Amino acid sequence: MIEHLDSALVNWSRAQFALTAMYHWLFVPLTLGITFIIAFMETIYVKTGDPEWKKATKFWMTLFGINFAIGVATGIILEFEFGTNWSNYSWFVGDIFGAPLAIEGIMAFFMESTFIAIMFFGWNKVSKKSHLISTWLVAIGSNLSALWILVANGWMQFPTGMHFNADTARNEMLNFWEVFLSPVAINKFLHTITSAYVLASIFVIGVSAWFLLKGREQLLAKRSIIIAAIFGLLSSLFLVYTGDGSAYQVAQKQPMKLAAMEGLYKGTKGAGLIVVGMPTPGKELNDSNDDYVFKFEIPKLLSFLSYRDTEAFVPGVKNIVEGGYEYVDEKGEKHLAVSATEKINQGKLAIKSLREYKNAKEINDTEKQEESLKIFNENFKYFGYGFLNDPKSIIPNVPVTFYSFHIMVGLGFYFIILFVAVIILTFRDKLTEKRWLLRLAVFTIPLAYIASMSGWIVAEVGRQPWTIQDLLPTVAAVSQIDASAVQITFWLFLLIFTALLIAELKIMIKQIKIGPKEGGH
Amino acid sequence: MFESLSHLVLQQYWWIIISLLGAILVFLLFVQGGQTLIYTLGKTDMERRILVNSLGRKWEFTFTTFVTFGGAFFASFPLFYSTSFGGAYWVWMLILFAFIIQAISYEFRSKPNNFLGAKTYEVFLFINGALGTILLGIAVATFFTGSEFFVNEMNFSNWEGAAMGLELALNPHNLSLGLAIFFLARVLGILYFMNNVDESNIAVRTKKQLIYNAIPFVVFFLIFVVWLMFIEGFAYDPVTKNVSYESFKYLHNFLQMPIVLIIFLIGVLLVLFGIGKSILKNCSDGIWYSGIGTILTVLALFLIAGFNNTAFYPSTFDLQSSLTIENASSSKYTLKAMSYVSLMVPFVAAYIWFAWKSINNKKIDKSEMEEDIHIY
Repeated sequence: MIEHLDSALVNWSRAQFALTAMYHWLFVPLTLGITFIIAFMETIYVKTGDPEWKKATKFWMTLFGINFAIGVATGIILEFEFGTNWSNYSWFVGDIFGAPLAIEGIMAFFMESTFIAIMFFGWNKVSKKSHLISTWLVAIGSNLSALWILVANGWMQFPTGMHFNADTARNEMLNFWEVFLSPVAINKFLHTITSAYVLASIFVIGVSAWFLLKGREQLLAKRSIIIAAIFGLLSSLFLVYTGDGSAYQVAQKQPMKLAAMEGLYKGTKGAGLIVVGMPTPGKELNDSNDDYVFKFEIPKLLSFLSYRDTEAFVPGVKNIVEGGYEYVDEKGEKHLAVSATEKINQGKLAIKSLREYKNAKEINDTEKQEESLKIFNENFKYFGYGFLNDPKSIIPNVPVTFYSFHIMVGLGFYFIILFVAVIILTFRDKLTEKRWLLRLAVFTIPLAYIASMSGWIVAEVGRQPWTIQDLLPTVAAVSQIDASAVQITFWLFLLIFTALLIAELKIMIKQIKIGPKEGGH
Repeated sequence: MFESLSHLVLQQYWWIIISLLGAILVFLLFVQGGQTLIYTLGKTDMERRILVNSLGRKWEFTFTTFVTFGGAFFASFPLFYSTSFGGAYWVWMLILFAFIIQAISYEFRSKPNNFLGAKTYEVFLFINGALGTILLGIAVATFFTGSEFFVNEMNFSNWEGAAMGLELALNPHNLSLGLAIFFLARVLGILYFMNNVDESNIAVRTKKQLIYNAIPFVVFFLIFVVWLMFIEGFAYDPVTKNVSYESFKYLHNFLQMPIVLIIFLIGVLLVLFGIGKSILKNCSDGIWYSGIGTILTVLALFLIAGFNNTAFYPSTFDLQSSLTIENASSSKYTLKAMSYVSLMVPFVAAYIWFAWKSINNKKIDKSEMEEDIHIY
């Protein structure tokens, strides 16, 4: 199927996708969350008629507009990159993956762009109520677009609702609702958007804290802080809940990712959850080094979170490569895990039998067709493994996954403490006195971005080498083009996105310094 | 309601939707065309500001339509998506770069401390307007001229073209459509300004520029269409699916689908009428005639590219690798599910219409640039 594997091509294609996706994600979460904060403020303005609330609404709207533009600029490439750089993938799963992308365009993007126009240009042209509705629709529209792209991503992590059609050589959708309502997709959506709300809340609190430190815009800052802190706290609590749900799904559907998140090589019963630790640098699959240089763990918690059973066996990287342990599937049936070598063999058998099926079809040999299709179907489950040769290639980068995961979780809990502290001090009217806390709030803004980025690194690096879990590794998904072409576009993207990022930051900081004005700009 | 339709009917339904989206996209390229005229029509800062703001309230529709066009193409004809995007890599990448730099330019242009300077963002808008339209035209022209690619038995495709898509720009027929689209976009941009801007100096210049741009448009468009009527096209046998060359294929398509021919002729006449009326009279409604005309014309061109047993994405390298609406489409189930989603389109169009009506009832002029609103 894929005759020449070009590792430089795969690496540059991955690097380019990672680069563009991460640049895009720098701007998306603020958009998703701040639109709601703006909508809350405008709602209060419409209810009370207090012009101070309108001023606050317009101020945050200006910052939103700057951020939104660059989010759009970095977003367009992602949709088309599936075709330009992952063309085999686009065919192999396009029948399922294309649909959410199209729905996103029809349902969400038009809603966003239409009502953004009213939001920005309609202040003096439509009624207060129509304007407010438009603002809410922008918030809903941007979150709807997140829904569909995350459904698509969730499906890549846990393909469901489809079957493989040997005649067209691709996966085809059997059940739209199974794809849309897949537990992985729903959890991913909720976890991701709530993380975005937390980031936006921290952004608003941080910027407002800066105003308080400078002794400016007291009323606007305090009002913004209280709205953002409550929104952030509620979102954080939901974030913990969906985070637990995500980890549970990962344990069931992507055990290798879970092992990497915890740096666990040797599986164990009653596994503890590592709070702080350091995986042994340079650890190899079969060396005798300990998994960790040091660790501080909560006993049995990993087993409980993963399988809702404190004594459950959590397989490590080594167990998953070697197989031979018992696990319980979704239907509650017990199975013996298959080794990676065996999966690779079965995958190769699937690929071979598919080719034989195709050849038999060419010469109209129905008997041979049936026979090869039967072998194919028996082995399809591990189809993607057939593109791999080394059992170790199913292991993701463990340290990167481990640290990203722990940074994300650690910061997530720190944010909760910050929100609580801010809320308590605001209600006691002591926030402005606590200058250290205000400074901390300003410095927390970049931390929110780090936490958010780390989350995606866990999700995506942790599932390597798969583009579609177990069905299609990156080596087989990539477009067959010159690695040098991808290399050139990689540097072009880096150059242009970095320039735009610098411009965005300079404009944003300037607008914050200018502060709110009657008229917004 | 879509349950009883055959796979072929669904494929045709989706080809019509893709064609319609493509047609609307070409109409909306008036934003791009307008962007290439900011310095030609605007001689002072205020005049340029008016022009930028006039376009700035529409650019997102073009952008969103482009993205939706891509998404809908992916969902309905994924083999096209994987073959063309992964193969004609440089053409698509350059188009995308042109749109990336557009998306920030409006918002960043007039903001203080914007790092690159207002001029740079205006250059970005110009690049988007020129490169975006010409390259999109070239990409669409390959529906008739073909590309060099090979699709294997697993439907994985390999591009055989020498320069990963850039070779397409050297084909004079592709180029003639690219330039026709470029000048059409400028004509539409001018007609849009006539409709949307209330500034006397600009009004004088638009009239002159309309003539300057309408002439090359008509010339390049005629070159492309006349040539199209005489070439061998890519036909496939509805039973064996075998692809072969057929003389006068696209002329035959028009004659065998007279409705499409009528749509095409009405479209062309409307485009010309809109231009002519705007040159001869002082009117601001030329954009509506030429806009609707553009949509009809492009729709008809897409329909003769894909209907009547024609391969819409032909391969000149291996004729049998050519893509047709039958072999490149999604499964019946997916097309059916997507068809339900397509029912939302009239609803979307309706709210766009109402939203714009409510804030666009007055032409843009100097005084509005000093008002308390979001200004680019």
